[in-house]
This record gives sequence, structure tokens and C-alpha cells, in this order.
Amino acid sequence: MALSLATSQFIIERDETRCIACQVCVRQCANDVHYYDEENDRVLSNDASCVGCHRCVTLCPTRALTVRRNPLEFRPNANWAAETLRNIYKQAETGGMLLTGMGCDQPYRIYWDHIVLNASQVTNPSIDPLREPMELRTYLGAKPERLALCGGAQRNPVLETVLAPQLQLEVPVMFSAMSYGSISFNACASLARAAQAAGTYYNTGEGGLHPALYEYGANTIAQVASGRFGVHLGYLNTAAALEIKIGQGAKPGIGGHLPGEKVSLDISRTRMIPEGADAISPAPHHDIYSIEDLRQLIYALKEATHYTKPVSVKVAAVHNIAPIVSGIVRAGADIVAIDGLRGGTGAAPTVVRNNVGIPIELALAAVDQRLREEGIRHRASIVVAGSIRSSADVVKAIALGADAVYIATAALVAMGCHLCQNCYTGKCNWGIATQDPYLTKRLNPEIGSRRLVNLLRAWSLEIKEMMGGMGVNAIESLRGNRDHLRGVGLNQVELDTLGIRAAGQ
Amino acid sequence: MKRIVIHEEYCIGCHLCEIHCLVQHSSSRDIIKAYRLERSHLMPRVLVEESGPISFALQCRQCEEPACIEACISGAMHRDERTGAVICDESKCVGCWMCIMVCPAGAIRQNLLGTRIASKCDLCYGADVPACVAHCPNEALTYEEVGEGR
Repeated sequence: MALSLATSQFIIERDETRCIACQVCVRQCANDVHYYDEENDRVLSNDASCVGCHRCVTLCPTRALTVRRNPLEFRPNANWAAETLRNIYKQAETGGMLLTGMGCDQPYRIYWDHIVLNASQVTNPSIDPLREPMELRTYLGAKPERLALCGGAQRNPVLETVLAPQLQLEVPVMFSAMSYGSISFNACASLARAAQAAGTYYNTGEGGLHPALYEYGANTIAQVASGRFGVHLGYLNTAAALEIKIGQGAKPGIGGHLPGEKVSLDISRTRMIPEGADAISPAPHHDIYSIEDLRQLIYALKEATHYTKPVSVKVAAVHNIAPIVSGIVRAGADIVAIDGLRGGTGAAPTVVRNNVGIPIELALAAVDQRLREEGIRHRASIVVAGSIRSSADVVKAIALGADAVYIATAALVAMGCHLCQNCYTGKCNWGIATQDPYLTKRLNPEIGSRRLVNLLRAWSLEIKEMMGGMGVNAIESLRGNRDHLRGVGLNQVELDTLGIRAAGQ
Repeated sequence: MKRIVIHEEYCIGCHLCEIHCLVQHSSSRDIIKAYRLERSHLMPRVLVEESGPISFALQCRQCEEPACIEACISGAMHRDERTGAVICDESKCVGCWMCIMVCPAGAIRQNLLGTRIASKCDLCYGADVPACVAHCPNEALTYEEVGEGR
């Protein structure tokens, strides 16, 4: 097509009084935005290709660069937003589905921001976490109905109940599933090292486990997804826990597609597929069409690992999430991971990402309530994902009933991600969502893991501070304790769904 | 002694080491002034070698038994007593370029000043951390107490 109607999203401003034409920006931009004009000894920029990832801005040694949103405006129209028009232009030019990366960016209500926490005043004492121990340790897995003791009555009681296998977390935050393929090896290695250092877990996603990361097996959750990539006995037995991925918050009901160009020799070996072949994850598991089928797979995995590892089932938060999770718990899952509307992805159709699924806050509250009513809440731990952005979100999620949370977008941001949402192009300038050998080097796992550990440490300190304020000294005492939450600016239906009272009540 | 260690697998080829080396050895030590006013007679003493996606920043390896000192006819190339770095005494250098001929790393170059002086890494003369190491955004250069040959 001769003329493209798509206009630049960003404008690059170069302060010519500061630019020394050192060309760092030229070398760093995988989108070829900056170029050197030898004749004039000047660096120039082609705004049209800029995705707004700030790599050039961050590395410019003289701080000569700024990236702004293109102020080009359409005639104001409350119905036809600029983005809607741009999307139509793009589709009219390409005839294809629009793709995007990361989580839903639409202005749906973020319930975390309408929930406030309690604190102790006068009638009950708050606790100073600097002076008194605060317990963040969390165990994930099925808990027994009751404990039976035998042996010397009061003296040396022996636990008779056989406990189900548990995951021990030093902080109730885990790194969510991101496959080797969707992210670079260095990003996987950063997550693995950080999980080990912080006493938590990371998730392989559905891309198998690279042999070099087997040493982190004790901190690895190995995923079994519809494509079954890289699943073999060694993979299952190396991990600390297994996760059956049914759905993903960014694209519920949709499969995955890792294009052949990204399937390098290393990835093909890890995924056990031919080099250069598209890695297609079907939308459903072709052997799971019912709760009974799911139970078969859960128990197949338990058999394969001799009942030594908890098995998690990950689903996207959708309309009937409460009965769905109830079925999953009854099918024998030890952990249920629920991924909300704003959960991230390496690639998804924009229309699906922005329109399918429900917010995690409402899903979590509904699920916790339903499992309690049915008396089966103890049979599985609940892990929530889908845009946990801060320690406050963690505390609110736990008070709403979660046992722990998964973070992925926050973890990527800690490693350098700027949410440009172009993961699907494979040109990640931060060396995260790419397999290009020029780009993957940009993430040094030494630095990546250090930043991740720092993030978890900072959140732990903040969680302890908030817990202390509420007069709670163990995260166990906060779990499902919705009395510590109040809603601000929510209607009665929303408050009822969340199971919390309005502020002031 | 402390040496600059190259981690080739994390060099991103940004050339910031070269830029900051040049600034460090300018008279103003101001990046914009160095490039605007002194650029014509300044050159970095570290060089990023590149071939496809492979790149690394190379500077003097600070050999235990430096061939350049051996080969120097004027006694300009010497080991600094205070820092242990191999440096060139610019007042003695006659520009015979024997040091360039014998350097196994190719880390010595002719100075652009035209004053026939051999230019090489001086570990930023006694700085706690050399400029190239301090400004590497990906820790592809580190400054460590290691033996020769790293």
C-alpha cells in the first residue's frame, strides 16, 4: 500500500546543545530509530519506529534525549478514540489481527486502588517490625482436615496425619510463568537465581527447563501446558512443584504461538521440537474436556513424581470462576493459581487481551468465599496473579483470601522492562522478550537477579510495616481477614462481591 | 594487583567505555566540552572489538612481564610504582612504535596529537575504579584482584 495512515506514536526530542553524536542511541535501538548522518556529523531520529521503551534515553551519556507522546490530535470524539482510529488504519493496511504484549491497558476499574487497609489506634496496639519478629513465611499446598496425634499423650506427641507436600515461601510472592522462548535465557536465569536467593519460586512457563537451570530446581515450578513442550520425567522431578496451565489472564481461551524465528537450537532442545518450527500451544488441552479429565492429569503428574510435589492448576479469571475453582480443588489440585484480566503476556490478540476475563480482585473474593462456603478452602492454596503492582496489592490480596501472589510484569519492570507492549516483535531493547543474540546480552543475570532480590526485600519490609500497623505479626493472621479492608468509591454490588464493608462502616 | 576483567558475554557494544575513557583523559573532564572542544586530539584508550553479536571492550591487560617495557628504546614505558600500572612517560616517548609492534593484545595506539606518543590505558591513574568500568551499564567490565591473563 502506497500511503500508510498510521502516524508516529512518539516524538523524539534531541537537545542539540547536549548531543555529542557519540551514537550510543544508534547502537542501542533495535527498531533503528536513530541514525548517524556522517556528512553533517549529527545523529538524527526517525520517530515513526519509536515504541517508547526509553532504552536510548536511559543510556544517553549526556541526557540529550526525551521521548514524548506525539501531540497530533484528532478532532475530539468521545466515541471514536484516537487508538480506535489508529487500530482501524492498521487493520485496513494489514488485514491481520492486531497483536500486543503485556497486560490489559484499558481503564477498567482497578479495585486494589479502591480498597484501603486498617491500622491499630488506641484500642489495640500496633507492632513495630524493627523490634518484634514478623512472620512472612507461607506454606502452599493442601492442608489436612484435622491433625491426629498419637504417642505419649502430653509428653512426646507424634503427628499421625500424613501431610501433603508443601512449598515453603519466605515471602508470599512468587515469579509467575514466563517461558524460555517468550523471554530470554538471561531473563529466566535472573528469575531462577533471585527465587533461590529470596527463598521463593519462579515458574518455567510452558517452555521447558534449560539444562543450565536444573540447579535451581528446588525453587522451580515446572509448568505443563497444552503444548506439553519440554515435559519429561527429569523435568517433572527436578522441579519443586508442577503446574497445569489451563488458561492465562491476558488471553483466556486462547492458545500460544511462538514463531519459528524464535525457536533457536537451544530453545528447540529445551522444548523438544525441531529448530525453527513454530511452537503452537493449542487453546485447550486436548485431553482435558472436564473436571474428571483434569483429575486424571493431576494424578498422572502426582504418580510420576511419587506424590512428593504439590500440583497447581492455573486458570484465567472468567465469569464462573468460583465454581470452576471449586471443581479444580475437588479434582485434587494442591494449589490453584488464578490469573486476572490485567495479567501479562508476550503476545496476544489486542482485542482478546483488552476484552476477555474479569479483574482478579473480584475473582479472588468470589473464589475464597465459595471455597469457604463449601468447606474445602483448606484443600488448596490460592495464588493470584494479574497485575500485582506493589506491596500494598500483596497485602490486600492476602487479606481478600489469597495465600500468595504471582508477579511477572513487576518482575520484568524490575529487570528493566518499560512496558512498551512490543514483546511480540522480538526486538526487546532491554534484552528480556527477545532471542536476538545482539539483544539478549543486554540483560546480565547478575544484575537482573540482584534487582529482583532487592524488589522482594523492599516489598517484604513494606508488608511487615503494614502488618505491624494493623497489629498483626504473622501473614497467616491476615489471610482472608477482610475486616482489615474497606472499600472507597465502590457500589454495593462491588462491595458485596469483594465481601468488604465501605469505608466508615 | 587489580586488573580490568572483561566479561564478553555481557558486552552490549554501546561504546560507553570508550566515551568515558576519552572524557577521563580530557583536560576539562566534562563530557560535552571534551567532545565539542577537545575531540580532535583525544582518543579512547579502550577499544570495543566487534564481530557480529560478539563484542568486548579491550584495554591494556597489564601483563606481569610487559613486552612493551622490554621493547621500549627510550625507557618511556614503565611500571608505575604507586599503582602498578604499565604507563608511558610522555616526556620520554620518542614514537618508535616498538611497543605497538610487540603488544600481544593490540592495546597500544598512536596518539592523534601527532606528537608521536604511545597512547594506552593507565587504569585512570590511581582512580578507585577506572572510568570504563565505572560507566559500563551492564557490568561487562569489572575491576578485580586477579592474576594475569583474565
